[in-house]
Amino acid sequence: MREMTCLECPRGCQLMIDEGTLEVTGNSCPKGEAFARSEITNPMRVLTTTVVIRSRNEKMLPVRTQDPIPKSSMAAAMNYIKNVRVKAPVEVGDIIVSDLADTGVPLIATKRVSE
Amino acid sequence: MYDLIVVGGGPAGLAAANAAWQKGIKKILILERDRELGGILNQCIHNGFGVKTFGEALSGPEYAYRFEKMLEDTGVEVKTDTMVLDIDDDRTVEAVNPTDGFVRYPAKAVILAMGCRERTRGAISIPGTRPAGVFSAGTAQRYMNIDGFMVGKRVVILGSGDIGLIMARRLTLEGAKVLACVEIMPVSSGLRANIARCLDDFGIPLLLSHTVTEIRGDKRVSGVTVQKVDEHMQPIPGTEQLFDCDTLLLSVGLVPENELTKNADISLDPRTRGAYVYENRETEKEGVFACGNVLHVHDLVDFVSEEATFAGEAAADYILNGERPRDCYRVTTSGGVTYTVPQMIRKDSGMKLVNIYMRVNRRVRKGDIVIRAGETEIARYHKENLAPGEMINTALPSVLMQKAEGHDALEVALEETE
Repeated sequence: MREMTCLECPRGCQLMIDEGTLEVTGNSCPKGEAFARSEITNPMRVLTTTVVIRSRNEKMLPVRTQDPIPKSSMAAAMNYIKNVRVKAPVEVGDIIVSDLADTGVPLIATKRVSE
Repeated sequence: MYDLIVVGGGPAGLAAANAAWQKGIKKILILERDRELGGILNQCIHNGFGVKTFGEALSGPEYAYRFEKMLEDTGVEVKTDTMVLDIDDDRTVEAVNPTDGFVRYPAKAVILAMGCRERTRGAISIPGTRPAGVFSAGTAQRYMNIDGFMVGKRVVILGSGDIGLIMARRLTLEGAKVLACVEIMPVSSGLRANIARCLDDFGIPLLLSHTVTEIRGDKRVSGVTVQKVDEHMQPIPGTEQLFDCDTLLLSVGLVPENELTKNADISLDPRTRGAYVYENRETEKEGVFACGNVLHVHDLVDFVSEEATFAGEAAADYILNGERPRDCYRVTTSGGVTYTVPQMIRKDSGMKLVNIYMRVNRRVRKGDIVIRAGETEIARYHKENLAPGEMINTALPSVLMQKAEGHDALEVALEETE
């Protein structure tokens, strides 16, 4: 049995998973079940950070991975992101890096910087 | 003359203005002191906002953007870089900005949505020197996420509020070493999910029942002393540990920012540090409403938006239909309920259900929230897993309040059942 906190929403259910049968308890919704199974095989997280932007008023552009990426890829992703430079204008949802650190997941802008 | 002026363009102000517009109010002005709308959301680049409102885990700037987009389709006016100085008795709002200079805007109604700010080191008085390298967690967050400055290399975080937890992860991702998160209480006030993804994911220890008892350093922080505390939160001699760090972050709570409210002679509830309000979020001053973290500090931005939407609609109702009679029940608390919002409920509120929000002073596995008028029980709500860090809501049907006739107060109490 392994115990963990569900990270799908602010509620933070305490989940228990049987590593043999993959039976999940403690969840209040189906998202918790999927989360617990993923967590014992390949834990995934959305990475949020900033990249340097050239613009009139902003120095940093907030970004995130469009979907969760493996926890094990975090360090490589951050290492890649630190050299990324973008130029305004940028819209919310614009793809900044199309395949971040070989995860197959794009890095997207989370703020509009118009000039 | 504006129908409605909203002071503050953060999550509360945006939702309130939008809600009032949707109810048919057309002359609305938002005054924001920063260069852009969005308030604190702009520096909260992590995700997890909007799960309740939008069914998605958005980052702070994305959440703000959703509300800004809604406003773009309305005729709501916005003035940024504008500092509100005073609100007069007749609801004239005095403000100043670089383009218009000093201006006076009369309004039929005003919504206070100034948000909150962080408690500082002064507020918790730690002995020691006064070197550089001591930041409130939110200040460090702004330096890193907006200004692009790294605040330190080896960091200790005092307090385990959500902003501190989020900063532990942020600093680690950017290459700093976070040595520990130190919490004086036996439990963290942060969300369990944040402890898991911000501390556990990175192997950062959470030292419960510990506190920082000394800050060392001359020009820059060179270390802090951490000690275990007893059940009265007093440091235990002999438990000193020295952490070799260059930075101390404080994540020790938030305080509603009510200077304008005080200046406007609106009295504040010492428990919430926000204004006393009626069920429609109207303050003692007719036509002046308050919502969001300026009223009481919320757990999630989703709840701020919800309350602000309600306040915006109530302000619209006031503008269109006038003031409701102020004859009301005062809400009192006992048995571990630390505060309620609202603090006053009109006998004729015009509402079918009145939501009463509250906090409790301890963890309770199973308990009842009981509402009484004198000896008469009006309502009883069974609740589970109550904690000081989690706001509780009860929806009281107005018909039940008839049982309170002849009384002036409704008492809200917590009764443990297990």
